[in-house]
Amino acid sequence: MSAETLQAFVVFYNKSKYMARPVRFNLIEKDTSDRGINQVMMPEGHIGEGFFATSLDKVVGLARKNSMWPLPFATSCCGIEFMATMGSHYDLSRFGSERVGFSPRQCDLLMVMGTIAKKMAPVLRQVYLQMAEPRWVMAVGACASSGGIFDTYSVLQGIDQVIPVDVYVPGCPPRPEAIIDGVLKIQDLVQDESLRRRNGDQYKALLEGYGIQ
Amino acid sequence: MPEQVNINLPEGSIEKQTTRLNLGPTHPATHGVFQNILEMDGERIVKAESTVGYIHRAFEKLAERRPLYQITTLTDRLNYCSAPLNNMGWHMTCEKLLGVKTPKRVDYLRVIIMELARISDHLICNSIVGVDTGAYTGFLYVMQYRELVYEIYEEVCGSRLTTNMGRIGGFERNFSDTAFRKLEKFLEEFPGVWKEFENLFTRNRIFIERTQGTGAISAERALNYSFTGPNLRAAGIDYDVRVHAPYSSYEDFDFIIPVGTTGDNYDRFMVRNEEIWQSLSIIRQAYQKVQDFKGTEADVYHADAPAYYLPEKADVYTKMEALIYHFKIVMGETEIPSGEVYHAVEGGNGELGFYLISDGGRAPFRLHFRRPCFIYYQAYSEIVKDTMLSDAIVTLSSLNLIAGEMDA
Amino acid sequence: MSTHYDTIREILSRQFGDRILAWEFPYGMLSFTIQPEFNLKALTLLYDDPDLGFQFLTDITGVHYPEREGQELAVVYHLHNLAKNVRIRMKIYVPVAKPDVYTATGLFSGANWMERETYDFFGINFIGHPDLRRVLNVDEMDYFPLRKEFPLEDQTRIDKDDEMFGR
Repeated sequence: MSAETLQAFVVFYNKSKYMARPVRFNLIEKDTSDRGINQVMMPEGHIGEGFFATSLDKVVGLARKNSMWPLPFATSCCGIEFMATMGSHYDLSRFGSERVGFSPRQCDLLMVMGTIAKKMAPVLRQVYLQMAEPRWVMAVGACASSGGIFDTYSVLQGIDQVIPVDVYVPGCPPRPEAIIDGVLKIQDLVQDESLRRRNGDQYKALLEGYGIQ
Repeated sequence: MPEQVNINLPEGSIEKQTTRLNLGPTHPATHGVFQNILEMDGERIVKAESTVGYIHRAFEKLAERRPLYQITTLTDRLNYCSAPLNNMGWHMTCEKLLGVKTPKRVDYLRVIIMELARISDHLICNSIVGVDTGAYTGFLYVMQYRELVYEIYEEVCGSRLTTNMGRIGGFERNFSDTAFRKLEKFLEEFPGVWKEFENLFTRNRIFIERTQGTGAISAERALNYSFTGPNLRAAGIDYDVRVHAPYSSYEDFDFIIPVGTTGDNYDRFMVRNEEIWQSLSIIRQAYQKVQDFKGTEADVYHADAPAYYLPEKADVYTKMEALIYHFKIVMGETEIPSGEVYHAVEGGNGELGFYLISDGGRAPFRLHFRRPCFIYYQAYSEIVKDTMLSDAIVTLSSLNLIAGEMDA
Repeated sequence: MSTHYDTIREILSRQFGDRILAWEFPYGMLSFTIQPEFNLKALTLLYDDPDLGFQFLTDITGVHYPEREGQELAVVYHLHNLAKNVRIRMKIYVPVAKPDVYTATGLFSGANWMERETYDFFGINFIGHPDLRRVLNVDEMDYFPLRKEFPLEDQTRIDKDDEMFGR
């Protein structure tokens, strides 16, 4: 059975007009009548009467991808844009990142937003070390990615000097759309990650490059 | 960690010893990079030691390397909740140094933008106070209306948060019709929403009991701590730079300075609320004044100061003078007078001062920002002494501390 | 200059005479330079005298003039009389070899961190300050970064080609 026939999982609902919202942001009204909501696609596999068989890493990837718990490590301007991303207008929870946890022990995705000063670097590293595997890191904004415009004595020139980074989001600060795009990129990584990666030699070497055991 | 200081437990305490609690620098309740090492007697704070510098970015040193017009980008990142206010403050400082006189229409346009910035700043602060007292709804509700302000910024300068808006002498382009339409829309929709937000809080018993009488600072102490802005006004002193040293034609507007009486969290909240209403009134007046300009006056959006005002890009490609001035400004060939200027604007959370020393070079010899947050935060340990931990969190957010501005 | 500024000048001159080294009026703010050892006395007079009443400390900061021998470091105070709405600026110059200045924390609680910041950036030693430590930079820092001789950039950076960046 091909993926196309499984399109039945894609539910279109609310064909009628959306409920009137208190605010409209586009001055020109858009036609929203055919806008549906895509549900998550089923991974490739064998389906039969009452069962569905696929490989384990795909199921795990699917589950992980759509239930990321982000840990916002917001220090400055980008944090304000993250507030907008989490807020009602852009609403990151549409992407399964509803639950913003502030405890590193429980979170999967470390989102570093804003300038990391050298005074802050050990704290950031500490937070990263507290996170449980598998963990992903996203550097949001120019400062977290490279130091940005602050090529100064007190600013860490990119967080990748102290912790490994999976996705960089450019911008000073990035728009909420860009942050969402970064989250989607992370989701792609999460979905396709091999179950053995975290035990592999390459990953160990990467961590050892940062002095993490 | 400093060595254990021997703190005597207060009278009547049931604890055997004080506990040391490290609040921050990445604590979820602190909304920014603040560290407090608290000595706790149960839930009560006996002593607080504040540490800053976790996001020190050396703005002042950086500014010594940059021509005047490039420093605008730095001011964006001071108080990023109200970036245009800082931009305009910096431009006005430069204009004071260079002796550029801006036309009235530019002043009024600036006032519109600055008051919008003040609204977005106070809006974030007050909704975060709500979050910290346990009411998340207000935050989610009004955040959507902050986007309306951002849409206006986008229309004017193309950017949302770190706006880098305007130039020395005015704006980089005239406000488009869409910008004015978006402004009208904002003026129409926002008051109702803000009224609703107020209704959620101002007479809400939980909110009142959480905020009234907590985190208070007396007027004398606030003055002694060099408080300015809403935090000083909440303590009952009607000091507002917009009135005491009017800039950008603020003397043409009719508004009142709201003051509190006790300087506690509730008063700070209410002062900010009232300032939002005043800002809305100022924006309406300014918009009316802008509309009153007719003929050629209605297209003025920058001062006639070709030696300092970066010409429009289209002119640079087509007109000889514009190209020459563009070259001179960018390559640092313009005459910059030497001198010392202190200019202050009423920032989102207090008197934002720029102390600029120029030695005639293209970059400032020294630039110092008087950053209100930095000054507020040193009073924090005194304010939260003998209060409950949960009140200290509310105090932190109601002081409207912005880490980027604090550490510069 | 208005009469109020004349009054201020008169009171200060009467008290300090030729210890006030210079009077200026740049860009509408009365500004004077005083011998460094009289900074606290001047601040106290400005605070206490009913005709002066500068009871609000706007700002303290430092400036480094490397070419002025014997007075390389300046400390600049901005004061404000909120009732009469007058601002004043006071400057003192100290040699970089011995940058000792009396603290203003006794008069203004707000001076605490402003002085710590000035110490952090310029190494000005405020005598009598209750807790003169670095405030913004890390405690281990062994130089005063805003002095002109120290570079802005992070010197440990290896990914930047010096030739490309002109240093």
